Amino acid sequence: MILDINGLAFTYNSHPVLEGMEFSLQGGELLAILGPNGVGKTTLLKCINAIHRPMQGTILVEERDVLAMRPAEIALNIGYVAQRSEPARLTVFDAVLMGRKPHIRWRVTEHDLQIVESALRRLRLDALAMRHIDQLSGGELQKVAIARAMVQEPRLLLLDEPTSSLDLKSQVEILTMIRRVVDEHRIGAIMTMHDLNTALRYADKVLFLKDGVIHSRGCAREVTREVIEEVYGLPVHIHHVHGRPLIVPVHDHSPATPEHHHALPHSH
Amino acid sequence: MHFSDGQVPAEYRRYIGWKSAVVLATAVLLVGALITGISVGAAGIPIPDVARSLAGLEVPRRIDAIVWNIRLPQALTAIVGGAGLAVSGAVMQSILRNPLGSPFTLGISHAAAFGAALSVMFLGGGIMTSTSADAVNITNPYITTGAAFLFSLLGAGVIIMVSRLRGATPEVMVLTGVALGALFTAGTMFLQYFADDVQLAAMVFWTFGDTSRASWSELGVITAVTLACCAYFLTNAWNYNAIDAGDETARGLGVRVELVRVVGMLLASLVTAVIIAFLGIIGFVGLVVPHMARRVIGSDHRFLLPASILGGGLLLLVSDTVARLLLAPHLLPVSVLTAFMGAPVFIWLIIRGQRA
Repeated sequence: MILDINGLAFTYNSHPVLEGMEFSLQGGELLAILGPNGVGKTTLLKCINAIHRPMQGTILVEERDVLAMRPAEIALNIGYVAQRSEPARLTVFDAVLMGRKPHIRWRVTEHDLQIVESALRRLRLDALAMRHIDQLSGGELQKVAIARAMVQEPRLLLLDEPTSSLDLKSQVEILTMIRRVVDEHRIGAIMTMHDLNTALRYADKVLFLKDGVIHSRGCAREVTREVIEEVYGLPVHIHHVHGRPLIVPVHDHSPATPEHHHALPHSH
Repeated sequence: MHFSDGQVPAEYRRYIGWKSAVVLATAVLLVGALITGISVGAAGIPIPDVARSLAGLEVPRRIDAIVWNIRLPQALTAIVGGAGLAVSGAVMQSILRNPLGSPFTLGISHAAAFGAALSVMFLGGGIMTSTSADAVNITNPYITTGAAFLFSLLGAGVIIMVSRLRGATPEVMVLTGVALGALFTAGTMFLQYFADDVQLAAMVFWTFGDTSRASWSELGVITAVTLACCAYFLTNAWNYNAIDAGDETARGLGVRVELVRVVGMLLASLVTAVIIAFLGIIGFVGLVVPHMARRVIGSDHRFLLPASILGGGLLLLVSDTVARLLLAPHLLPVSVLTAFMGAPVFIWLIIRGQRA
């Protein structure tokens, strides 16, 4: 078991944000956390690596208590890709090398440099290695952020809306990259998402949050219409395209069909 | 997860080698500027004699006296002062994620000026003598220095206190600093309005940053504080890099962002406070040098901080030497020159940066 969360609760200014969170994750699994805006998806992610300290509950990564670890120790076990990372006048190589920070004692070793090169090559970023990150596109910058989290050599990867504000091609590239990393290295990964169809296509498991609690959970392929309607408060149809669920909101004025929806930018 | 089969690209090694070479070249330039700076002045000393005197070899006593008693302390003060101001600026720009971060934009030097004015007015630091050699002298410099130091630390303390209350975010710190700057400026103006001629002259005179004010013992204090803080900053280079990538990313890398920000702010203020208290206000070095270094060497703090330290020392030493020679036999306070040179250079950098 990579991750085991029990009875996690978080309050902000004595207002409960999350309650009774319980779930676990195996190596090689990608979990998508879904739910409406402001429901606490990002907060949950930040509780898992103790950026926010939960008021109750336990978080075990490979059976070790995260809340008892020092920040640098947490960073050795959990990689975190924030929603935004700021560009600086730094080469891609150095920006990824920064991910070795939890491992670096006094100075960067040859081993650190080799790990960075290897990660860049495997994530197909080696052609960008000497570019400055302030010259990269949003999609490229996000790939650098993922590479940075990977060279931390974590057992668990947390991604906060990894594809928001990216174009379609970048979305597919980023999610393919995340999927490959999870499969090849057998790590656990959790991502928060807004785009249901993208989440269902790439994730193994989904977790729906509503009103600060887990509304439902399950295998990505078995999501039902009722769950989505209850969580988002919007009537939807679920079509199956090539054996995958495709969720389409029902509008009075535009009868939703898969054929019609294929023309829209976010469908697959 | 293992990535153990990496081959470090030769291009990256060349790039890192180039950065190290730039830092080294700045250090060599600094030594050259030091020897040249000591040799020029009202009484010219040949460079070989300067080198011999510095190396402790036999030279005429008159040369030893000029080198060791007058020019060397002033040159070293310029180097240490410039280095300290520049490294404080580089650190503040990073932890406040604001290109305008410097001791001046954050009101710390205004606080020092207020402290000095207060001391001149009420603590008897303002009795002045006028001689033909020097325009004005503050007769009780230690009280003035002490008051300036205390008030600049007070300014920094208020910024840190507010950021403890509202969270150590760049916005909170910068806005508090700007507000404090306005407050202390108003306070200084208030004192100046009610000051008599002599006091007013002393208050204004104090604000002219001048490296000739420090003696060996004062230089020792400035150097000790600057070196200790530089050592701390350099060990935190990766933390500043991580904070540049965003607070969340930095936290994900195990950086205690608030702690790094508050301690960085405190030490950068301390260095600044010590320098301004002894030398007066020297503008623009803390702002311009880190920007210049960043253009040349990038924003990797492993190289940016050493480059700022050496570049700041070099810039203030050269400015100080030019200021001594420009209107000879009159000595121009270096602060006048740094702002005169710094502002156009800065605007040029902005224009060039926009085009790139």
